[in-house]
Amino acid sequence: MAQRKIGEVILDVKNISLRFGGVKALSDISFDVREHEVRAIIGPNGAGKSSMLNCINGVYTPQEGNITFRGQTFSHMNSRQVAEMGVARTFQSLALFKGMSVLDNIMTGRNLRMKTNIFQQAIRMPFWSGAAEREESEHREVVEKIIDFLEIQAVRKTPVGRLPYGLQKRVDLGRALAMEPQVLLLDEPMAGMNVEEKQDMSRFILDVNDEYGTTIVLIEHDMSVVMDISDRVVVLDYGKKIGDGTPTEVRANPEVISAYLGTRH
Amino acid sequence: MGFFFEALIGGLMAGMLYSLIALGFVLIFKASGVFNFAQGAMVLFAALAMARFSEWFPELLGFDNKVLGNVLAFAGALLLMVAVAWVIERWVLRKLVNQEAITLLMVTLGIAYFLDGFGQSLFGSDIYKIDIGLPKEPMFLLESTFPGGILVSKEDLYATGIAAALVIGLSMFFQYTSTGRALRAVADDHQAAQSIGIPLSRIWVIVWSVAGFVALVAGMIWGSKLGVQFSLSLVALKALPVVILGGLTSVPGAIVGGLIIGVGEKLSEVYAGPFLGGGIEIWFGYVLVLFVLLVRPQGLFGEKIIDRV
Amino acid sequence: MLYRENGQFKTTYRGDSQIFPIAQDRIAIGLLLAFAVFGVPLLADEYLFRAILIPFLILSLAALGLNILVGYCGQVSLGTGAFMAVGAYAAYNFMVRIDGMPLLAAVLLGGLCATVVGVIFGIPSLRIKGLYLAVATLAAQFFVDWTFLRISWFTNNSSSGSVSVSGLEVFGIAIDTPFEKYLLCLGFLVIFAWMAKNLVRGHIGREWMAIRDMDVAAAVIGIRPVYAKLTAFAVSSFFVGVAGALWGFVHLGSWEPAAFSIDRSFQLLFMIIIGGLGSVMGSFFGAAFIVMLPIFLNQFLPALGNLVGVTISTAGVAHAELMIFGALIVFFLIVEPHGLARMWSTAKEKMRLWPFPH
Repeated sequence: MAQRKIGEVILDVKNISLRFGGVKALSDISFDVREHEVRAIIGPNGAGKSSMLNCINGVYTPQEGNITFRGQTFSHMNSRQVAEMGVARTFQSLALFKGMSVLDNIMTGRNLRMKTNIFQQAIRMPFWSGAAEREESEHREVVEKIIDFLEIQAVRKTPVGRLPYGLQKRVDLGRALAMEPQVLLLDEPMAGMNVEEKQDMSRFILDVNDEYGTTIVLIEHDMSVVMDISDRVVVLDYGKKIGDGTPTEVRANPEVISAYLGTRH
Repeated sequence: MGFFFEALIGGLMAGMLYSLIALGFVLIFKASGVFNFAQGAMVLFAALAMARFSEWFPELLGFDNKVLGNVLAFAGALLLMVAVAWVIERWVLRKLVNQEAITLLMVTLGIAYFLDGFGQSLFGSDIYKIDIGLPKEPMFLLESTFPGGILVSKEDLYATGIAAALVIGLSMFFQYTSTGRALRAVADDHQAAQSIGIPLSRIWVIVWSVAGFVALVAGMIWGSKLGVQFSLSLVALKALPVVILGGLTSVPGAIVGGLIIGVGEKLSEVYAGPFLGGGIEIWFGYVLVLFVLLVRPQGLFGEKIIDRV
Repeated sequence: MLYRENGQFKTTYRGDSQIFPIAQDRIAIGLLLAFAVFGVPLLADEYLFRAILIPFLILSLAALGLNILVGYCGQVSLGTGAFMAVGAYAAYNFMVRIDGMPLLAAVLLGGLCATVVGVIFGIPSLRIKGLYLAVATLAAQFFVDWTFLRISWFTNNSSSGSVSVSGLEVFGIAIDTPFEKYLLCLGFLVIFAWMAKNLVRGHIGREWMAIRDMDVAAAVIGIRPVYAKLTAFAVSSFFVGVAGALWGFVHLGSWEPAAFSIDRSFQLLFMIIIGGLGSVMGSFFGAAFIVMLPIFLNQFLPALGNLVGVTISTAGVAHAELMIFGALIVFFLIVEPHGLARMWSTAKEKMRLWPFPH
């Protein structure tokens, strides 16, 4: 069903180990991600999936291993650098800016591209289109397209804290999309949603992948979603990689079955 | 050299007294997550109560025994502080359970202003005396080693002893009693503590009462040294760096922090003060804490703040 | 019914994001400003200017500055008095040591000095957070207190420890009467408030709020915490420094370091908490409340006492003021922790629906 061409390896994770005090969150994890593909990371709770994304993002620094992005290798990532290189993410626990509206939250995603300085911003006034005013309107246009895409026009001025969970998740996605990322890391984008909402979210994710060719790395628990939309899957358990391949391959892997899937269904 | 030891000992003792006040802050923060800016006002209030009660009770009840008077005054003041704790819990804390830290901070500031005004309305605003029999004459130690001996204030020595006893007692209370355990549970997680049946309101009343007790002892000691007057509430501002230096949640931290700041203040005033124009002790503690925090943002013994996403 | 937005459709994004999108608001603000410039002098006497209006204007400016730092960027600062002092003393030194220095330039330069000091004391915020930061900012307060008390160069070696300025003039016009002082402060406030509103609705404002709400996520989007926090300190200190210079020059005339003590810092903090954190309007509301409360209590309490047949001595009034002030703060924070600004916006919501209940 995917017409997109899957390209070369864009992100290569090698031998990543992460410890918190005595707790080993990740042990010697290696996998790669190809451009334009949808790569799923699955595993039971506590397997280290979010920690893996956090390492890619620069939120955590792994004790061992390195990450190669587009040919450049880093032993630890700096969050801002990662963002500048075109990697965006959503968060499992919705790290939205609760005090701001939906529109403002998504606008923060445009931050890297907004160049006017403080003095230009301070002197915005009616009847005159200064640099700050024009920049604000330009980026607003981009954000409004994203809002249309995610179908959240009606709530654009509502403070995000007041929205139901499903809509908040869309705002989180919107903010990541506003960064026009090349790689999108999604941490359980469908957690807590009902069937309809999951279908909507799957559609959004696939549309992003189709239209913009964005590479997607996706942590998800719902197996039917994973099987449906992903090209390849990595399986983690207790911080170790126990499976890596296409959905069909992984589903048949006995180790994965015993650790995670339980009985065949 | 003898002079150095004098300054050192003086600093240690002053530090112990700061620790005493800092302890009140730490207790309340540990158990209710509130940074109690009213601690200084509580010290003043308690001291005022005790000073006035020690005048009034003998008159009212018609006896002349100083010791009995002091004991009764202390008991009376303690009861008053428990009442204050109860009122604060019932009318203020309970209504502010999930508010942000800065709101709670400002509320305690409001309580401080209130207690200041209330204390002075009830007890008057002159300077009052507390006389618990601490000896006022200094003593000279080690006269054989250092010429003239090292000047040590006997009053400060007794005060340090009382403070140390209180601090040790409270530390043991926290570690080894079931109430102490409950307090630590509450400090960790209000909701979890509630869900295992710990009565939050009762705990808070206990904690604020204990803090009131600490404030009373501190007020008694400082009051007997300096006289009970408005500036007593400003002593708490001196104790703030101690609290932060030690780490907001650590009782041993309050002790160590107090000693460090006490000694640091004294020594810097004596040795660096003359070059800088004097009076540097108003900022020494704070600047010291600032530099320590730059290296260790959670204070010396505080818990590391981990941001999880 | 009167406050409906019906028919006011915006056709450009620019129109949608202006400061006052609702026409009724624009009219209201216009009327308010006109009243402030033309109406107030007709109605106000000298006392009103000196005791209420001028302090209100200057402290609003300071509160606005503090709100940018605490309310929008989430960095708690207890050292605001110090930055006001820096602004005041710096402006004083520029005025006194450089012949022919214009007043406006001195005030603005004072603000810039406060900016530099503010950024320096803001550096700890890159490592330290929350209550620890609050206490660290007290280091600024006490250090600056001591500096202006003990280092006599700053006070031009004044023997009494206090400094004074006189003969203020702007572009050749003397600023003598309370009304002229009022207009000067009003001018400063309006311009600075406009700039503040522009900043908080632009992308720097969003950066500040992102840092306030969740700085880990902010970093992931590419917001640099260093830049955001330090600019917040810089802008905030500039506002506060200018306010300090105005306070010293225009309101007090002569002052000592005690005018900018920790009590002033607490006062400003009360203003923004009661007024509303993260709100430009809130800063004004809070300043008005805190400026008027003691005056109100002063007039009202003895009268109340007489009513009940109790004569309250002046000391008694002072104590009662403290008690009532403290109790009001506590009460207010319990009832509306988000301050007067929240109450105001709730009221506006109701106005939009009036006369319908919902």
